[in-house]
Amino acid sequence: MQMRTPLKTARNLGSAKEGADHFWKQRVTGVANAMLGLFFVWLVASLAGADHATVKKSISNPIHAIALLALIVSGTIHMRLGMQTIIEDYVRSDGAKIVLLMLNTFFAMTVALISIFAILKLSFGA
Amino acid sequence: MAELSPGRRRRPQRPLSPHIQIYTPLINMVVSILHRITGAALYLGTLLLAWWLIAAATGPDYFNYVSGIFGSLPGRLVLAGYTWALLHHMLGGLRHFLWDLGFGYDLKTIDQLSWGSILLSLVSTAVVWACVSLKAGGV
Repeated sequence: MQMRTPLKTARNLGSAKEGADHFWKQRVTGVANAMLGLFFVWLVASLAGADHATVKKSISNPIHAIALLALIVSGTIHMRLGMQTIIEDYVRSDGAKIVLLMLNTFFAMTVALISIFAILKLSFGA
Repeated sequence: MAELSPGRRRRPQRPLSPHIQIYTPLINMVVSILHRITGAALYLGTLLLAWWLIAAATGPDYFNYVSGIFGSLPGRLVLAGYTWALLHHMLGGLRHFLWDLGFGYDLKTIDQLSWGSILLSLVSTAVVWACVSLKAGGV
């Protein structure tokens, strides 16, 4: 007997009510990270051994600053989703899982905010 | 605890599913595990990026101090590992995109992609550090 109403198919979200949201966000940020990551490697390699003034000038270059900001936003979303999967795979108890998932979000947010603040200070600060 | 039904006081002794030590390590399995390990390493590695940015935003003195740590031998080893983890995870991601799009599922291609990503990640890491050495004037 068919127990499901057509509404489930229409909403297309599955039991977690998120559908492919996690999967898709991981792919979109992954594509962004692949491009921005190559820029990041180039930027840091080009600044190897450089003094403070050179580094400050390079990071506060608008194109560099915006690309770095994009990498940080995309990267921290990506790593939060990835670590969420690792936690959900390996942590059995619900209590520990909830705490770790929350800490995961806090960690990603902290890294993002610290980095964004630093880039903005280098760009606009004295 | 859920109540056990009458006559089932103990959980039946069912066989456990075999874990990874039971399998012959195949290369696609190795790169899959490496993908997760490098991902977790990069997760922690973002602290290095945040630290570097904060150091640059703080001022020349603190930046020089942090640069000294990154430029030391242990610092460079960590950064080289970070570079490899980033490039390996990136190549792993590209491999997954290929599979997501429905390509590269025959066993020979899977092996080639797996070995290829290991090889390419090592080569590209070496190239990046060769550039860094040339730029910074000798390691």
